Amino acid sequence: MIKINNLCKNYGDIIALNSINVSLVDEKLTYLVGPNGSGKTTLIKSILGLIKISSGEIFVDKLRLNGNFSYREKIGYMPQVASFPENLTVEEVIELIKNIRSSITNLDDELINEFNLKKEFNKKIKALSGGTKQKLNAAIAFLFNPKILILDEPTAGLDPISSSLLKDKILKEKSKGKTILLTSHIISELEEVAEEIIFICDGLIFFSGEKNNLISSTGEKNLERAISKLMREKSENFSNGN
Amino acid sequence: MKILATVIKNQFQDSFRSKWIIVYSLFYFLITFGLILFTNDSNKIILSLMNVNLIVIPLVCIVFGNVFFYNNREYIIMILAQPVDRKYIYLGLYFGLTFAMSLSFLLGVFLPIIFSFKIFINNFNIIFWLIITGILITSIFVGIAFLISMLNENKLKGLGISIFSWFLFTALYDAIILMLLQILQNYPLEIFSLTLTLVNPIDITRIIIINNFDIAALMGFTGAVFNKFFGSVVGFVIALFSLINWIAIPLFIGLNLFNKKDF
Repeated sequence: MIKINNLCKNYGDIIALNSINVSLVDEKLTYLVGPNGSGKTTLIKSILGLIKISSGEIFVDKLRLNGNFSYREKIGYMPQVASFPENLTVEEVIELIKNIRSSITNLDDELINEFNLKKEFNKKIKALSGGTKQKLNAAIAFLFNPKILILDEPTAGLDPISSSLLKDKILKEKSKGKTILLTSHIISELEEVAEEIIFICDGLIFFSGEKNNLISSTGEKNLERAISKLMREKSENFSNGN
Repeated sequence: MKILATVIKNQFQDSFRSKWIIVYSLFYFLITFGLILFTNDSNKIILSLMNVNLIVIPLVCIVFGNVFFYNNREYIIMILAQPVDRKYIYLGLYFGLTFAMSLSFLLGVFLPIIFSFKIFINNFNIIFWLIITGILITSIFVGIAFLISMLNENKLKGLGISIFSWFLFTALYDAIILMLLQILQNYPLEIFSLTLTLVNPIDITRIIIINNFDIAALMGFTGAVFNKFFGSVVGFVIALFSLINWIAIPLFIGLNLFNKKDF
């Protein structure tokens, strides 16, 4: 569903993404992991057309991205930081997004109900806590029943109950056959829901494949340890190379 | 068009409810009301208001527009991730904010004036142009603020450039012109000073308002040359056309930068 060929993104002399070749497996949940500043958000923003790539190609549902925007109809995006116009109410923000997306049939308001957001509908955004804004952020990403979900650090800022509700929702959507890409720099946080892993560091992909393959190939007990081992190996190779 | 209207409407609602916009409206209300209260001379009231407009509107709009863009970066990213053309987002945010600031200015000035019915009736033409130029300057400086935000990633740097631009247009520019005219006084300077006037939206606005006053002594050197050269009607149309260009050009450049910008 999403295929990336030789993707490069430079910011001046800084290489943010370096020849990325990766495909997201359809109807699977892919966990994009990597340390802070590794290129996770840049990769997501490339897929969403929020940044102009330096070279390479991105295909979404076989459509090559070339400044077009209609493909984003298929994507629900939850950004890392929830930010909405401060003086609008929760209901007005939801209406705003509904009005700028043309396909608003078959809405999925499960998270609005689960997070009890209806009782906040008349409150202005500036009166909401950070956690409630993040709940609204999540609810909007799922609202339009998209085929692809891209969730950037989805549980950041959520309390344990809301975090668990969100994880359940992610698993439910996965079981419906949706393709999900999610990121976190805290590896253990979403390990339980992941099937595929993409490990990115310094703009390079170090591993892309099934979670179990990664764990067994490194001989470790869990994903966190497997990734740590990969990172150690990478830094040793780097030192030897120098 | 539905998307553009949606973004404009929501941006307008959000901005118009902001406490800073209410303070801005209140400021104009008090200034206008105070002027009406303290003097009966309608010329003095209108000229004082013109001077307040030429200093306060550019400063408030350029700072507000700039801060708005930097503070709403994450929100802009969120709506850019939706299936919408980027140009509708930029234009929607621009027009939404400009409408809110224009209405705030309009209410602040218009309400006290309309209460003083005699001043309103006797000076309808000049009050009309005072308000129209106020709205035009608002549109120009919100556009310049957006353009500066497009050119700078850093909020403090953007704010610094904005305040410098305001100072340049309102004070420094006239000082430089006066200095040049002084240095080059032995040469024919009509065309030169005319061109320089058309480059500064604040000078153009001053000419438009004073043209309606028909008090030659208030025009200053550039205004008098402007009137002499073009005649009052042609000069007026050229001045108005220049102001509209000052809205269109920064908006067009800003829109192009927005379309290519990395978020």
